[in-house]
Amino acid sequence: MSAPQDHRAPSQDHGAPTFTVVHPGQPGDSPVTPRGVPHKGGPMNPSVDALRAKFGAAIGRASVGWGETTVFIDRAKLLEVCAWLQSDASQSYEYLSDVTAVEYRDHVRPIEVVWHLRSLKYRRFLRLKVELPKDGKTALEVPSVWSVWKGADWLERECYDMFGIKFDGHPDLRRILMWEQYKEGFPLRKDFPMRGRFSRSEQLKQALAANPEARYSMEELSIADAFEDLPTDMRKRLGGGEKTGE
Amino acid sequence: MAATRTLEVALSTTGLGPDGKPQRIPLGAEGLMAPPRGIEPELEGEHMLINIGPQHPATHGVLRLVLELDGETVVRCIPHVGYLHCGFEKIGEYRQYNQIIPWTDREDYLNSMGNNVAFVLGAERLFGIEITERCKVLRVIAMELSRIISHLVWLGTTCIDIGAFTPFLWSFQERENVYKLLEGWTGARLTTSGTRVGGMIADVPAGWTDGLRGFLDRFPKTLDQVDRMLTKNAIWVGRTVGLGVMSPEEALNYGLSGPMLRASGVSYDVRKDFPYLDYETYDFEVPVGTNGDVYDRFLVRQEELRQSVRILEQALKRLPEGPVNVDDPRVILPSKTKATSEMESMIHHFKLVMEGPRPPIGECYVPVESPKGEKGYYFVSDGTAKPVRWRIRPPSYVNLSAIPKMVEGHLLSDVIAINASIDIVMGEIDR
Repeated sequence: MSAPQDHRAPSQDHGAPTFTVVHPGQPGDSPVTPRGVPHKGGPMNPSVDALRAKFGAAIGRASVGWGETTVFIDRAKLLEVCAWLQSDASQSYEYLSDVTAVEYRDHVRPIEVVWHLRSLKYRRFLRLKVELPKDGKTALEVPSVWSVWKGADWLERECYDMFGIKFDGHPDLRRILMWEQYKEGFPLRKDFPMRGRFSRSEQLKQALAANPEARYSMEELSIADAFEDLPTDMRKRLGGGEKTGE
Repeated sequence: MAATRTLEVALSTTGLGPDGKPQRIPLGAEGLMAPPRGIEPELEGEHMLINIGPQHPATHGVLRLVLELDGETVVRCIPHVGYLHCGFEKIGEYRQYNQIIPWTDREDYLNSMGNNVAFVLGAERLFGIEITERCKVLRVIAMELSRIISHLVWLGTTCIDIGAFTPFLWSFQERENVYKLLEGWTGARLTTSGTRVGGMIADVPAGWTDGLRGFLDRFPKTLDQVDRMLTKNAIWVGRTVGLGVMSPEEALNYGLSGPMLRASGVSYDVRKDFPYLDYETYDFEVPVGTNGDVYDRFLVRQEELRQSVRILEQALKRLPEGPVNVDDPRVILPSKTKATSEMESMIHHFKLVMEGPRPPIGECYVPVESPKGEKGYYFVSDGTAKPVRWRIRPPSYVNLSAIPKMVEGHLLSDVIAINASIDIVMGEIDR
């Protein structure tokens, strides 16, 4: 196999490069396909110890399963932990792979919000989790990491859309895959039936009643002068505070 | 944007240059970008709202972009997605692992075989299965063939968007050849469902490798044609250079992956950095751009096609004999003869069909390098035959989320080129 130094393409006729290529990994290490990954146990990601040394009690239990390290974080400290993991030179988790949530079939087991972080420099993978108990008293709310990784924007919106978890500090937390006026709830929650909450006739009725011209949000209409060009009745309804699409 | 670049550009029609030779045309990248604001003072400050899509041929599916324009310059872009949402992840929670595989065909439908492989790689980690050597090589072949399909469709549709028609015909013709190969293997062109947990739907039929070898002989010639036609074509360069620039830091921070990230100069390729299927034993290179614009994304994808051919040639050479499926009655159906003649095999058959294979309690996330970027399936199992959570990490969803940043300050016509360069598949974005 080629050494990591050969990772770059033969230079194309581009003119002078304007910056150095960000290359993952340390020079000389060549990762291989993992074999015989154990179900439980195995080497833990060294970032967990570093996190414990830095944040102490905010770091909960950690485990290794199928070669991946999972560590539970205190909800209040999450943003701080993420900012440190991203910016500290010894951690360098510059890549956010995924933000999602898991709800178990167990009625009392808490909902878990999951962050998959990746350090390209050290070729590490770390899974952060925050538990949100389903006791009805705890708000389904976690800090947004948008200020650390811009890539969290749509991932957090999707997580909100599907699970109803609010990301505190997200600049534009709206539904993304479902439409903004969707009223049936949060589809990936376990108490949401696969065919939806409303009957087919109710769903059809709502779809037919929706105003097809008013597919722009108020924000979108306000950014242009188009508002003045709308038909009078629609302007009146939008001006009266009616949400679009209803 | 960095300093002005000079590219050696050939006019596409021969003999157009005064001396019949390629000409040097300096292309100021800055000059190609936004015109100075306030050129027409009476129009300054009048913004217009433009809606593109969801039914628009240049949005590659049902993407809708709401653009705020100042003259022809984009001030703000608000994307809307979700028109194809059909709840794949929810449906997966009601299906056994092998029953989910057909759904993976239908999310990124240009890379269906690659998704099948990615899915079972994750599921096999969850089950703790080590697959056979022949299966590994076959899966590499499957993944690289679907990378070729996906990049060819990207090339063709982007050419159409930018105004070149001929490369579209070439690339779709070659895509057809790959589809013929996949049809001979799995019986389907698009919805292949070619893998099973622990193996493949079938071994390749006799003579199939000769067909692949023939394709590998012919295909680089088409790539050369495309290269000759586009790479130094003045129109192509003028429509792509300096558009949608992402710096490496921005690209990482926005979570871009695949050719989008590598065009910005970050050489992160899952095949090299977190290998799977013994990719570290194949000799191939990861093309990396330097400027992170639409043109670099084109160069990166073009080179990736050549590298895929290299990988396929090596895979064909090393394809070992032996069984394709693991010998594990927990997950693999017994042969029909055995199931009807041996009591034990019949019980296995019955249990596998009626109850489905059960992984131990646990969770795993196995990323692969899909043509669009880092694609991963995240499984959470509670020990039953159906996953508690099946999550798709969609690369083009995250890549598309950077479009407001990329189109800002560009002309309306460049929005089409930038959008095409992301290589989105709405099936994967909306799921």
